[in-house]
Amino acid sequence: MSEASFFVESPEVGTSRTRALLRTLRHRRSAVIGTTILVAVILTAVLAPWIAPYDIHTQVGAPFEPPSWNHPLGLDDGGIDMVSLLMWGMRISLVVGFAATFVSMVIGGSIGLVSGYFGGKTDTILMRITDYFLVIPDVPLMIVVAAIWGPSLFHIIIVIGILLWTGTARVIRAQVLSVRERVYVKRARALGAGHFRIVMRHVLPQVAPLLIANTVLTIAVAVFDETALSFLGLSDPSRISLGKLIENAFERAAISAGAWWAIVPPGVLVALIILACSLVGGALEDALNPRLRVAHLSARTFRLRPLVGRSKEAL
Amino acid sequence: MRGTDYVLKRVGFAIVTVFVAVTINFVLFRLAPGSAVSNLSRVPHATQQLRHALEVQFGLDKSKWQQYLIYLKQLAHGNLGVSYENEQPVSTNLRIALINTLPMVTLGTVFSIIFGIFTGVIAAWRRGTKTEGATVSTALAFYSMPTQWLGLMLIILFAGILPTGGMTNEFLLNPPFWTHVKDLASHIFLPALTLGLVLYGEYTLIVRSAMLETLGEDYVLTARAKGLKPRTIVRTHALRNAMLPITTLIALSLGYIVAGAILVEIVFSWPGIGRAVYEAVLERDYPMLQGAFLVLTISVVFFNLVADLLYFKLDPRISE
Repeated sequence: MSEASFFVESPEVGTSRTRALLRTLRHRRSAVIGTTILVAVILTAVLAPWIAPYDIHTQVGAPFEPPSWNHPLGLDDGGIDMVSLLMWGMRISLVVGFAATFVSMVIGGSIGLVSGYFGGKTDTILMRITDYFLVIPDVPLMIVVAAIWGPSLFHIIIVIGILLWTGTARVIRAQVLSVRERVYVKRARALGAGHFRIVMRHVLPQVAPLLIANTVLTIAVAVFDETALSFLGLSDPSRISLGKLIENAFERAAISAGAWWAIVPPGVLVALIILACSLVGGALEDALNPRLRVAHLSARTFRLRPLVGRSKEAL
Repeated sequence: MRGTDYVLKRVGFAIVTVFVAVTINFVLFRLAPGSAVSNLSRVPHATQQLRHALEVQFGLDKSKWQQYLIYLKQLAHGNLGVSYENEQPVSTNLRIALINTLPMVTLGTVFSIIFGIFTGVIAAWRRGTKTEGATVSTALAFYSMPTQWLGLMLIILFAGILPTGGMTNEFLLNPPFWTHVKDLASHIFLPALTLGLVLYGEYTLIVRSAMLETLGEDYVLTARAKGLKPRTIVRTHALRNAMLPITTLIALSLGYIVAGAILVEIVFSWPGIGRAVYEAVLERDYPMLQGAFLVLTISVVFFNLVADLLYFKLDPRISE
């Protein structure tokens, strides 16, 4: 099932627990809507080379040609089919979203694990560093780094990735702190298991679902940040992403040309991706938090877009 | 006693954060390709002597440590360097930009906080009704939209009705006071509204969940059992307690207000600090970019500190 795809990475999690999670998710309308949107977007992006009706490098009509039967969403300023551009744009946006999130999950996950597991001085130092990065505004720092480093897809991914990990590190650390004290971890230690084995076999599987929920929420932020950096002209000019499409339409006066079809759809798609990730991520988190099963406590703390994972700590 | 401790700790943290930001700023721009000298000595027949003389002039012959200390010293004196673009001191440019940004951002933020709290409370109180569904869907929609795109949509909607760019009408020469105020107000409306709407979505969701949490507490049940008016329960029992997390979350969202302001100012050509960042990026005006980043960071750290102190005032338990 589509929902199940979020869990294939963590087969160690007890099957009964996974099943309970899936059940909770399936009964939540927001999770179902979010998953449907996400699956549709991912499928379109993956299949873009085969299903895009036109080539995105050849002109097929007049600049800003209005929508017609052949071109349901019209043409852009270079006379290129908008539907095809949007499909390819989603591809790049999702690549940035997923890759940057992967980078930040690796950094945030390992800092959280190490910090929570070893505790003491390591914990203090790592969490201090995290605190400083938490307060320094992400987007301006991203702009500075990207401006110095020069525009390229790879740079954008790294820049976004290395600045989004703080929230994840804190959430994971908090969870590891409690897992560390559980009996089976102590038993494994008594049996002579090394730190590496304990972390990989016993701690990581316990925090994996939380990490996945965080991943989904971070993808939304990464996609948003990509549009922001693109808008400032800091992305690779030869790679068309959804953010780049918005920027192009703005720079090339789509509005004064009255070409709403060049500017409305890319924004709607970005909004849909962010919405879907927030819904799925939120539902996952709810499902993971047993406290929320109690009816009157089932309030979900909504996350701030640029501050994924911070709200719980702040409360 | 403990209260002073807390305040000192937070102030200390804020100062160290600014210091970290300053250091990041120094290191990042030293990693930038080329140096001031490599650019200047690109004249024909540039000799090694010229290069060296330039290096001495810019202090680049000194060790990195000494350069860092000089940087800190100049910073302490308020010297942020000179803009490559208009050859004015960066601090002067930034001061003008900041003065332009403040009214717009303040207006948008105040709007979003007031309306966000209002609709968030209603959504929590009318839980499970259509009112809640509508409020939450609207908030989620605004929360998901890219800021710059929302701005462009408002431009499409209001084109011809309201001015869509700049801060004043440049064709009004020495206008009378009231005309000037009206002109400013019409220009500030759209950018402030864009920022306000994006933040509004975020704040509504935050307030709603904070309220739901407090509405589930026992003391609210007690208040209901006592037969208090719903208004009183919401105002004096639930909202007062919900204000604690709300304050923190709004403070933490300041970083986002900054990012939002950058995007909004680009869309509406608002001559503020966000636009300064944009132009600095376009022109590769590193001193301006460096200065703007520092100003933005310091303001976020400052307001975070304010929120921390506010939190302390709101929640006396913190000192224990």
